[in-house]
Amino acid sequence: MKTVLTSDQETFRQSCRSFVEQEISPYAEAYDEAEQFPPELIQKMAAAGYLGGNVPAEYGGLALDAISYGLMCQEFGRGCASARGLLTVHSMVLLALLRWGSPAQKESWIERMARGSVIAAFALSEPNAGSDATSLTTMAVPDGDHYLLNGQKKWITFAQIADVFLLFAKVDGQITAFLVEKDNPGLAIQPLNGLSGCRASMLAELHLDNCRIPGENLVGRPGLGWPYVGGMALDHGRYTVACGCLGLAAACLDASLAYVTERRQFGVPLAEHQLIQQLVTDMAVQVETARLLCYRAGYLRQEGDPGAILATAMAKYHAARVANETAAAAMQIHGANGFTRAYPLQRHWRDAKVMEIIEGSTQIQQLLIAKQLIAAKS
Amino acid sequence: MNHEEIKAKVVAFLGQHLPLDGLGDNDSIFKTKAVNSLFAMQLVLFVEKEFGIQVENEDLEMSNFESINAVTGLVARKTGNQ
Repeated sequence: MKTVLTSDQETFRQSCRSFVEQEISPYAEAYDEAEQFPPELIQKMAAAGYLGGNVPAEYGGLALDAISYGLMCQEFGRGCASARGLLTVHSMVLLALLRWGSPAQKESWIERMARGSVIAAFALSEPNAGSDATSLTTMAVPDGDHYLLNGQKKWITFAQIADVFLLFAKVDGQITAFLVEKDNPGLAIQPLNGLSGCRASMLAELHLDNCRIPGENLVGRPGLGWPYVGGMALDHGRYTVACGCLGLAAACLDASLAYVTERRQFGVPLAEHQLIQQLVTDMAVQVETARLLCYRAGYLRQEGDPGAILATAMAKYHAARVANETAAAAMQIHGANGFTRAYPLQRHWRDAKVMEIIEGSTQIQQLLIAKQLIAAKS
Repeated sequence: MNHEEIKAKVVAFLGQHLPLDGLGDNDSIFKTKAVNSLFAMQLVLFVEKEFGIQVENEDLEMSNFESINAVTGLVARKTGNQ
């Protein structure tokens, strides 16, 4: 296993960092405060190809290898968790369509999504179906050559601006995936504002009231929604979140290293205080352990290795915790300054907590990982 | 690769994830408490990577993944080694 990036991967990482530093980081606080993600930024991300990062070249995508895709998420995570979140949910739907979509669905959607002229969101969670995703209550009933959908989705990232949703509903008790367009009669989108983390992610609730969907919008077959369509999309999402957490943690470390050399207390820079050195050391080691787990997951994903799924769960589990611990340490180092919008730490700190909840909470990752490990020995 | 060679690889993979003691060739692996949604996806990835095949929508029937013999049969059919 290599832990050194190829020159192409390093060049791509640097181009992502330049984009984020120029187009996102200087404005991320404003996005967070306004709870908005500007359409102009989405257009710039699309123009750079990032929205089609996991799409084959034949559809106009960047066709990135898994490590490069992770590097992109890492760099976006450094600047803005919401921007990384857009990459996550959009690419989860793309992955589902590439893997399980019909030829007509691929023809209709993938190129437009890769170009960014269509934005997609992933609609699985419900008010009473979060970690227990299979308990969802949204129903789809056949109605001629259509389906009638009724139910409610909640906490749907970028639902305020998405053009199409990969939405999960039960058909005869079996979880099934559908493409639901935003303008479909019977679909109402209600923004969720006032959240404390990932505030620019433009979350919304979806209310489905006899929402009539063409049968050809079913993705896969009835019953394939879980674990195959949804589970594989979430597995990809976990990888993007893990890498985003790595970026967030690295940003907290870099900000702290700069601060401890500038800020003086007791007549010397903070960096000369040994308890500060301890904090910085722990942050750096945590960042590197998260990086290794993300690279390992990326390597196995690139190989199509079945072990990639467990490796990704481990990377997400660890990197999300590292993001939280590193953001908390950065806040401690920055003291009262960290709580102000003059520094990005308070935003990273709030966003880091979200990372322990989305794409399978820390506790769900623990259960999944433990069950896998114990089963083989029982 | 003949049927027995396919089966040996399937058993070796399952043995990394499940207790195989007492599991017959036609017994359901999904009824063991060891199986969860992660394993279901891993099994698909294993079949694809190990045997160089693409699992399609129509292949994702429980009857193709339910047992050692079912997985072996699916691979044999898709690789033309029946």
